[in-house]
Amino acid sequence: MSYCKQEGKDRIIFVTKEDHEAPSNAELIADDPDDPYEEQGLILPNGDINWNCPCLGGMASGPCGSQFKEAFSCFHYSKEEVKGSECIDNFRNMQECMQRYPELYPQEEDKESSSQEESSSASSSAASSDNSALSSEMDSSQVSSVVSSDSTSPTDNHAAS
Amino acid sequence: MLTCRTMWRKLAPLARSSSTVCRQNVRRAGLNSGRTPTCVPAAHMSTGPAGGGGGDNLKYAVLVAAASLGSVVYAYQTVKGDQQRYEARLAELASRSQKAASKDPATLSQSEPTAAPSPEKPSPPASDAKGATPSKSTEPPPAVASTPASSKLPSHTPYLLIGGGTASFAAARSIRARDPGAKVLIVTDEPDLPYMRPPLSKELWFSDDPSVTETLRFKQWNGKERSIYFQPPSFYISPTELDSAANGGVAVLTGKKVVQMDVRGNKIKLDDDTEISYDKCLIATGGVPRNLQVIERAGEEVMKKTTLFRKIEDFKSLDKVSRNIESITIIGGGFLGSELACALGRRSTDSNLEVIQMFPERGNMGKVLPEYLSNWTTEKVKKEGVKVLTEALVKSVTCKNDKLEIQLKDGRLVKTDHIVAAVGLEPNVELAKSAGLEVDSDFGGFRVNAELQARSNIWVAGDAACFYDIRLGRRRVEHHDHAVVSGRLAGENMTGASKPYWHQSMFWSDLGPDVGYEAIGIVDSSLPTVGVFAKATAKDTPRAATEQSGTGIRSESETEDTATSTVAPVTPAPAVQQKDDYGKGVIFYLRDKVVVGIILWNVFNRMPIARKIIKDGEEHADLNEVAKLFNIHED
Repeated sequence: MSYCKQEGKDRIIFVTKEDHEAPSNAELIADDPDDPYEEQGLILPNGDINWNCPCLGGMASGPCGSQFKEAFSCFHYSKEEVKGSECIDNFRNMQECMQRYPELYPQEEDKESSSQEESSSASSSAASSDNSALSSEMDSSQVSSVVSSDSTSPTDNHAAS
Repeated sequence: MLTCRTMWRKLAPLARSSSTVCRQNVRRAGLNSGRTPTCVPAAHMSTGPAGGGGGDNLKYAVLVAAASLGSVVYAYQTVKGDQQRYEARLAELASRSQKAASKDPATLSQSEPTAAPSPEKPSPPASDAKGATPSKSTEPPPAVASTPASSKLPSHTPYLLIGGGTASFAAARSIRARDPGAKVLIVTDEPDLPYMRPPLSKELWFSDDPSVTETLRFKQWNGKERSIYFQPPSFYISPTELDSAANGGVAVLTGKKVVQMDVRGNKIKLDDDTEISYDKCLIATGGVPRNLQVIERAGEEVMKKTTLFRKIEDFKSLDKVSRNIESITIIGGGFLGSELACALGRRSTDSNLEVIQMFPERGNMGKVLPEYLSNWTTEKVKKEGVKVLTEALVKSVTCKNDKLEIQLKDGRLVKTDHIVAAVGLEPNVELAKSAGLEVDSDFGGFRVNAELQARSNIWVAGDAACFYDIRLGRRRVEHHDHAVVSGRLAGENMTGASKPYWHQSMFWSDLGPDVGYEAIGIVDSSLPTVGVFAKATAKDTPRAATEQSGTGIRSESETEDTATSTVAPVTPAPAVQQKDDYGKGVIFYLRDKVVVGIILWNVFNRMPIARKIIKDGEEHADLNEVAKLFNIHED
């Protein structure tokens, strides 16, 4: 049984689970997916990549940012049968760059294997822990698993970006 | 530093009052000059009976004439002088741009030994040289040929961020993401690289690691460890390498303060007289903690035993002090004060530390939470081992026999060893004067528009920005997520986006392991509220929330756009008895029947719904129906 009390200007309502079982009749305004003001996800309405997406952490802005952007862009726009198969050089560049900053991009073996399964790219050799960000295109929950399971790096994933 | 602040606070009211005086004078002068012709006859009439009116009137008329003549002459001279200065500066700018045009900026910092003075030095010198003012730009460069590139700071940077905190870092990342190869220079007067502030009053205190003050790493509830620094040093490039970096980068210049800003010339001056010009500038200077006047007036002995808490060094010193004393008092009942009180209170269970918290309100978070919830929270804080003194106004503080004595206005006397003052933040607007930027008189901070812009090429973000929120009106927000959101937005706008502040930032607070809430919008206890509560179970605690979502700092789940909770292992939370009624629920803050603020009380991962409700800005007839959207009975 829900009940209500008033303390001055403040109203307090206590509700049981049953009280809240009926669906809400509160009306929310429909969202416009193309609203330019809204924060966009990884892929913008026009199909471009949103490099400022918080889900990417600091990937696009760090020292290897440009290599990452090239590799991911190549993959994203790839029309090959095996998506991204022509992007091996880009991924190699990216991996070489990332190896120079082990503090920022630690090479973790288990994440490499999981991202290999997800990304259909032939460039599995280039998979580092942060490649799994690429798979976000297919499945945003994958990104969240990367973002949240990373511990020491890229620490910016956990930053209030 | 403290005296500067004191001076500033003393001058601020003076400045305000003098401006009103000026305004009044102008009005009076305006009135007088308008009325002078008619004044004389009126005065004549009024002083008629007193006699001698004629002579007085003549003197009066002469005085007024002399004064107006004098003011006209003064005004003319000032305008002329200004014009001359302006023209001189324009000429100098023109000559400088000519010189700059002939020089490739990419090689500016390289020590190209050029015999000709002008190409090398169109703009001010390197940091180790003596400061050369613009008028001296035609001087030959000081020993450039022999100076190695590594010791020269850039004299120009495309993106200049003043302040090295959260907003600045978020902007740097945003700029780098959107402008490929961007060169970003962060200038901060702190010795540290950008770091996040919330753990300084929360997680770092709960760490088991004895070297935590050095490592500044903290373990989140789910066991994952991270540093408070946003990025390790290898993320950044050295300021001296910024110009030559092929792909650009983010450089942080620590220990340097920007003391002057020339908006017309698009350049700033550091405290060592170095000048750096910019294309786009962000001011993210944050603020400095306020102090109580009674403490400032109490003398040095008291000041030495007082901590104003904000930075890493404050955390380190407070940690050290709190281990060596018997009693500590926190003055202030808001977020910072309550969090520190709880953190120290938990520590007091192991040591013999007495933790006292005092504030003028009737309960913790009295300005944020409705009274019933504030009272409930105060009880929780007391359970954390804190002696809470409510409705406490400090009258005076003295130092006697190496102990501090705090005299309250109602007669209570508190003896303690150390004081932490958490009584608010003074936004840092020191640059407003030289930059000619507007400061908001209601909220403090730099006044900016909805796109966070103060002037062309100048944006402000974070604690120091008083901005226009399209939905909620003009405001200034002092929270971590706002620094992130506004910093990111400023970075977007600095790279051409022209977007207004639209994505509403949130904030959160944990007062011990059992009380946690997330909030969004305007959460002011003076507004009418409607709270919808359910009984809480052991699963509804901050600890459980972070374990489930696999995030540490809860704003991550917001700003990192994580869709759902993840596969992080969930350790069973210990059984927690929720005796009180306000276990979990949703509290709506209303302004003219529209929801402008929402608190999710021990209910987590529902911020997107709350954000949506605020964004809609609709009048809802039955808020219980709105509360249903939050599914408060579920996890």
